[in-house]
Amino acid sequence: MKILIVGGGMGGTIVANNLARRLESELRSGKAQVTMLSASDQHMYQPGLLYTSIGRMAPDELYRDQRSLLEPEVEFHVDPVVTFDLDNNQVVTKSGKTHSYDQLVIATGSRAAPETIPGLAENSVNCYTEAAALEMLRQVRDFKGGTVGIVVGVPHKCPMIPLEVTFVLHDYFKEKGIADKVQFQYTYPIGRIHALAPVAEWATGEFARLGINTTTLFNMKEVDGNKIVHSEEGETVDADLLIAVPPHRGMQVIEDNNLGGNGFIPTDRHSLKMDGRDNVYIVGDTTNLPISKAGSTAHFEAEAVAENLAALIKFGTSVRDYDGKVFCFIEAGKERATYAMFDYNNPPNPKAPNKAVHWFKMAYNQLYWASARGLL
Amino acid sequence: MLELLSKGNIMSERKIIDARGTYCPGPLMELIAAMKQAEIGDELEILSTDEGSVNDVPEWINKVGHDMVETTQEGDVWHIIVRKAK
Ligand SMILES: Cc1cc2nc3c(=O)[nH]c(=O)nc-3n(C[C@H](O)[C@H](O)[C@H](O)COP(=O)(O)OP(=O)(O)OC[C@H]3O[C@@H](n4cnc5c(N)ncnc54)[C@H](O)[C@@H]3O)c2cc1C
Repeated sequence: MKILIVGGGMGGTIVANNLARRLESELRSGKAQVTMLSASDQHMYQPGLLYTSIGRMAPDELYRDQRSLLEPEVEFHVDPVVTFDLDNNQVVTKSGKTHSYDQLVIATGSRAAPETIPGLAENSVNCYTEAAALEMLRQVRDFKGGTVGIVVGVPHKCPMIPLEVTFVLHDYFKEKGIADKVQFQYTYPIGRIHALAPVAEWATGEFARLGINTTTLFNMKEVDGNKIVHSEEGETVDADLLIAVPPHRGMQVIEDNNLGGNGFIPTDRHSLKMDGRDNVYIVGDTTNLPISKAGSTAHFEAEAVAENLAALIKFGTSVRDYDGKVFCFIEAGKERATYAMFDYNNPPNPKAPNKAVHWFKMAYNQLYWASARGLL
Repeated sequence: MLELLSKGNIMSERKIIDARGTYCPGPLMELIAAMKQAEIGDELEILSTDEGSVNDVPEWINKVGHDMVETTQEGDVWHIIVRKAK
């Protein structure tokens, strides 16, 4: 059986390594083959970008060589897919090669698209790519005081970023000794300051304590040249430094191949199969599922997909459903953090932030690589 | 999950947003994202198991100026239908 994985990020890497372990003898005997195609020979630890944007993690610390993260049995090519020919079970790559498959996994991720809101890209900074994080660092470092606006588009990758970036910047300006010259204006798309009600409740108290102003039900419509953000709801935020959590889209290749609107592929919430396709699985940010676009989501989905693909070979059938599990750390400033865990049937119930969880999150910045290798 | 359904003899399409059992980003955020992709006059039906949606959704719809069409409950699932007005 030929299994082809497109995308070498969090989701794709865990699928590949998990499969390599489960199918050790089948890979040795040639009964199974696992191939990965990716767009880069590097794997980026994306959560690190938040720290890069305030000068706490150097860009070179974000990357590992992708080959070094993969089990040796996984065949790996840096050759992005340009055409998905699902009717004929094959893809075509940028170099012109055709790869056929019996089972396909698509895990190409998502990307921040500030250009989809007029004026946003020109007038704001964000921490969603290395280049953007370095520009954010430059503007944050040079900021002498005024209003910091935080604006949030939907959907976006990592639901904790709006709160985290606010707490982290608040600490940054306090340490710099200019906290009294900086006002924060935090906005959020729905009627509370975070999607998770218990997190919103806790953060509302923290924001009040720190003097952070909030505007809810605020969805960006356009940004004018003076960093004035106009909302769909008819309100405005006037900022001197505008920090964006831009709306996201799936990758262009998904849109170009008409696999899903805005680049997000219609996916069954339990089997993780692409709607209408029995041998195409979607993992991570690329699904259109209404769950958090987060590394932990990609991780838990990848484990379910790998187990089912291995079971197809060993049992002739899939053996389990994805249960909607998500786990997110929440950095709360002042070296404290908490976490939220939930699935389709169990709502989250985060505890008060503490230092121990913060240090565990710091350790996770390194443990991530063990997690991608499938060792955690 | 977004599905396109044909609404009987009316020609426009109704998009179903299945946000049952999801907490983050949650039903309203899914609706806001889907609304951006919709055309004026399109109807969207959001399925939610969060009773809070019964208040959250109309609050946003009214503030931004779209139309509420109907809210019904089937078992523990709320079906909230809205129309894009602008
Ligand atoms: C600043 C920031 C902070 C974050 N913090 C957290 C956090 O604290 N906790 C958390 O759980 N998540 C966090 N995330 C989110 C997390 O990084 C992503 O959700 C996760 O990486 C998604 O995994 P994925 O496999 O779907 O996509 P990705 O990891 O983005 O991987 C996509 C892969 O597809 C490849 N690719 C793209 N196009 C093609 C193509 N045409 N052909 C082949 N390959 C292709 C890319 O090269 C890449 O290897 C954060 C993200 C950011 C940006």
